[in-house]
Amino acid sequence: MSKSGDTSFRQWDADTFPGHRVVLGRDEPLRLDCGTGLTNFTVAYQTYGKLNAAKTNAVMICHALTGDQFVAEPHPITGKAGWWDLMVGPGKPIDTDRYFVICSNVLGGCMGTIGPQEINPETGSPWALNFPVITIADMVRAQVMLLDHLEIERLFAVAGGSIGGMQVLEWAASYPDRVFAAAPIATTVHHSAQNIAFHEVGRQAIMADPDWCGGEYQNEGRNPKRGLSIARMAAHVTYLSELALQSKFGRRLQDREAITYGFEADFQVESYLRHQGSTFVDRFDANSYLYITRAADYFDMAEQHGGSVADAFRDTPVRFCVISFNSDWLYPTAESRVIVNSLNAVAANVSFAEFETSFGHDSFLLNVPEFHRVFRGFLNGAADHYGLPRVGHSGDAL
Amino acid sequence: MMTESQRKAIRVDLQLIADMIEPGSRVLDVGCEDGTLLDYLVNFKQVDGRGIELSTEGVNACVSAGLPVIQGDADADLATYPDGAFDYVVLSQTLQAMVAPRTVVEHLVRIGKRAIVSFPNFGHWRARTHLALTGRMPMSDALPYQWYDTPNIHLCTIKDFLVMCRETEITIERSISLNERGNARRINSGPLLANVFGVQAVFVLRR
Repeated sequence: MSKSGDTSFRQWDADTFPGHRVVLGRDEPLRLDCGTGLTNFTVAYQTYGKLNAAKTNAVMICHALTGDQFVAEPHPITGKAGWWDLMVGPGKPIDTDRYFVICSNVLGGCMGTIGPQEINPETGSPWALNFPVITIADMVRAQVMLLDHLEIERLFAVAGGSIGGMQVLEWAASYPDRVFAAAPIATTVHHSAQNIAFHEVGRQAIMADPDWCGGEYQNEGRNPKRGLSIARMAAHVTYLSELALQSKFGRRLQDREAITYGFEADFQVESYLRHQGSTFVDRFDANSYLYITRAADYFDMAEQHGGSVADAFRDTPVRFCVISFNSDWLYPTAESRVIVNSLNAVAANVSFAEFETSFGHDSFLLNVPEFHRVFRGFLNGAADHYGLPRVGHSGDAL
Repeated sequence: MMTESQRKAIRVDLQLIADMIEPGSRVLDVGCEDGTLLDYLVNFKQVDGRGIELSTEGVNACVSAGLPVIQGDADADLATYPDGAFDYVVLSQTLQAMVAPRTVVEHLVRIGKRAIVSFPNFGHWRARTHLALTGRMPMSDALPYQWYDTPNIHLCTIKDFLVMCRETEITIERSISLNERGNARRINSGPLLANVFGVQAVFVLRR
């Protein structure tokens, strides 16, 4: 693991970092659930494909906790393929020959959108814990402002998995007239006690790191890498499945013939997790991790809609496609069924499919051909209803 | 898109059901399998259609064809729908596989202004003679399973169904039986004969 004392992960030059940036909230502040407002804040976003003349083919993708706007291109820091490269691109299920894809870094994130590591203009120092606590609804409000900036009246679709799926649900509930189709994937209408518990473990690991410095690590020239990496390790286990871990690692040893009677990474699974943790800190900010996990913990659609999830969707014109994976124990299929039952209760237009995988929660990011085939069909069908012209290959799977 | 030849290809009982449905109405197809009826209704009757299907293959076929279908179990999931949400709720050739068919039918007429139910008639003369002459559980083209592996756990006759509707005070608007050649006749013009010669029955019900 990296030694402490390094400065913040963020080394890029804002002028040369890829993607788009826009300053929003110039005229009207973004009103946050916590009661304060944000003015003149930056949102970083990326787009793929081409917006048609009528501006009807926009698809908003909402990223998960540690995702970002680099959906379908090599990541500027890690060089790895975009996190939804399998899903988004020419001829892929979210076909950029047909759709104009937008993905913005979430509010509180650390890839260019305002977050705790950005400079607070009032103090000239990083916001750190003075950054207001944000919610899923706040994230979506920022996305709505971005849409207004792009002068797009209505999205053809909004899609996302996990915390991205929460944003999708929030879009559909709060802006039903601005979304034609919504695909909440591997997600939930609220965080369960277990979900909150795992997030709390991660936050406590960060805050227990002496380099966290009460959140002021940037001013101190330090970075709580150990804490953030442990948070990532614990969380990563929740993204996999027992079967996936067992088949990938079993009890196999790491580069050794026998156990060492010590606390080095004897087992392959330990080595794997340490690697996951140590590479994560190179691209993610510890305080951002606190803020985004908090937003997910606070998410509770029923609570926000008078005690009933169904009330959030009453008379909704949105076409839904709810998707879950049988090996996902973070947001299991039962959680998706709550969404489906709530939509049924208002006779909404809803499709729902559960896919068999062994990958756990991460299934939505991985190569699950049947999921991709079905999702492509849902989008194509919705696009036909919406009157979007077909392109050469997008109808092939039908 | 469907061609005219495909249009003619849907099963005779599905065609009968499709012909009963007003264009442009809201339809829920319970146990919609691969979406054949739903697709027909959406394309040729411009209905606002939804489906429930238990099998993964069926759901995936429907959703990937752009049909709004949920993976679910009619026995469990019908309770989640509100009263009068649909103009028609269709249950075709699925009643006999339900754990609680009577409860399911009551949900159908609750959720739909009308319910259309079709089922194989166990009172057909072949079933009767098969049991009488061979002493074994009847098998046929419509009921091709051995007793130990059949999904059809609640088979009934046309008469059984008529009795159940009376007991549950469900109104029968129309009732049609189909004979072996696929010819339709009204059940109430001769229920005894229908129960002997009908291979299957289609009922339009309301509360």
